[in-house]
Amino acid sequence: MLKRRHSDAAVVRISIDGEQVEARAGESVAAAVLAHTEGATRTTPLSDAPRAPYCMMGVCFECLMEIDGVANRQACMIRVADGMSVKRQQGARSVEGRE
Amino acid sequence: MSLPAFDLAIVGAGPAGLAAAHEARNLGLSVVVIDEQDGPGGQIYRDVERVAMHRAHDLDVLGPDYKYGFGLVESLRASGVTHLAGYIVWQIESGGTVWCSDGSQAKRVDARRVLLATGAMERPVPVPGWTLPGVMTAGAAQILMKSAGMVPGGPIAICGSGPLLLLITDQLVRAGANIAVVAETTSFTDYLRAAPKLPKALLGIEYLQKGLAMRRRIKAAGVRMLSGISELRVLGDEKADGVSFKRGGRTHTVQASSVLLHQGVVPNTQATRQLRLQHLWHEEQHYWYPKTLDNGATELEAVYLAGDGCGIYGARAAEASGRLSALQIARSLDVIDDKNFTLKSAPWLSEQKHHRAVRPLLDALFPPPSDILNPPDDATIVCRCEEVTAGSIRKAVALGAQGPNQLKAFLRAGMGPCQGRMCGLTVTEVMARASGKSPADIGAYRIRPPLKPLTLAELADMDPADMDAE
Repeated sequence: MLKRRHSDAAVVRISIDGEQVEARAGESVAAAVLAHTEGATRTTPLSDAPRAPYCMMGVCFECLMEIDGVANRQACMIRVADGMSVKRQQGARSVEGRE
Repeated sequence: MSLPAFDLAIVGAGPAGLAAAHEARNLGLSVVVIDEQDGPGGQIYRDVERVAMHRAHDLDVLGPDYKYGFGLVESLRASGVTHLAGYIVWQIESGGTVWCSDGSQAKRVDARRVLLATGAMERPVPVPGWTLPGVMTAGAAQILMKSAGMVPGGPIAICGSGPLLLLITDQLVRAGANIAVVAETTSFTDYLRAAPKLPKALLGIEYLQKGLAMRRRIKAAGVRMLSGISELRVLGDEKADGVSFKRGGRTHTVQASSVLLHQGVVPNTQATRQLRLQHLWHEEQHYWYPKTLDNGATELEAVYLAGDGCGIYGARAAEASGRLSALQIARSLDVIDDKNFTLKSAPWLSEQKHHRAVRPLLDALFPPPSDILNPPDDATIVCRCEEVTAGSIRKAVALGAQGPNQLKAFLRAGMGPCQGRMCGLTVTEVMARASGKSPADIGAYRIRPPLKPLTLAELADMDPADMDAE
């Protein structure tokens, strides 16, 4: 888990899987999630393997998350905003009503 | 709204892109800078404005070479260029048209010349366990320090090699991080091999002095440093809980909740590959770099390259190369004549030479270890997205797969969301070793647009004026 050092940037409130979490303006979504999460931030579509952000600069695509209803966004490339809703992606997606 | 056509479109706002924008504006060119991030600086000077504003104490943690970027960023702010910040570029055409999107609406940018300053990325480090949560690149940890003022909770194991590994360790020490071990793959043999390169590197002696000073500070802080390690593995089941490695015939195990991997940086060639530019293989550092002509010109009249995307030389050399490319572009557009070009480029050529002088020594001193290039353990994941292992790639070669592009049909390697960025170099290397060919003969993934994914909605919302073909 990441430790946030001192910052005087404004406090921003986001939700991660429905849980209200405080972040700081300017942080990426990935950073805010990592400051709050020990372990996986998603599981893979192929094998449900646990994964977390690896590069933080937009090349590895391990940080994919659902942000404000849009899936597969690069959480390391998007900054937090007040009221943002972030969801972890678990395994392969399925169409509602079908397995 | 549709944008006017520009003289020059620059992709990337790192040192090369910023310097080129500044130089080109000074010569009177109309310039647009398109960058993925919403603040200029690239990875090296990432968020330097924000740090100065909200976390000034972090400027001391990150050091003077980071703070230096502030001036470069301010020169962009003052120069009057159009800055498309937070725009991903998803296609570049050989004639100079760049297609991008801000995440809600795709946009077309036309320019007489396009300069790609897309920089470098860290070499992927495929060791057993590298996909576990808790593992990230050392550069990722540095980006978190710059962009969010965060450090891993620790204990931290920092493993690999290269000048950036030392710099980041030094910064983490100053940020008060709990470092369990710095385990370097660099060995005594590497120092011996690199020694003959020392005299020529003395032109850039300040780099050597900085390196030694960093090492001294890290040791003085009581951090455990081990060199000449091999057979690195990340331990853990659902997340990293340590590392193991061999050193001097003994196996060491170190407990850590955060593992930072680093084996140097390599050019990010997605954009230059998409343009089908010719790429060459760097034998010593094992990476691809696009072939350039004078000052970043390419075989395509409208396309120029600058910075570490053309080969790894560091931020200050990238800045000089950005200015030289801008001057070359101005000459190609008849904005300056040959005499003026020679006059204006001379100081930047000597600046570039100065900052490049140390590189042959560093290249020889920090070669990527062979078990990183070609993971010996068959179970090691090479393609993280499609979970393709080193063993399955070797098996595909035995079954007749001829190169990386055919491997896609065999295993889907390189076809996941990262589009081969994370596995491309390793796939080339593993296939080369397994088939007894050279990496240059094996080749690399063909890269196609979109360079980064975008939604259909972003395309559908495009301004109709942007869609009219020339």
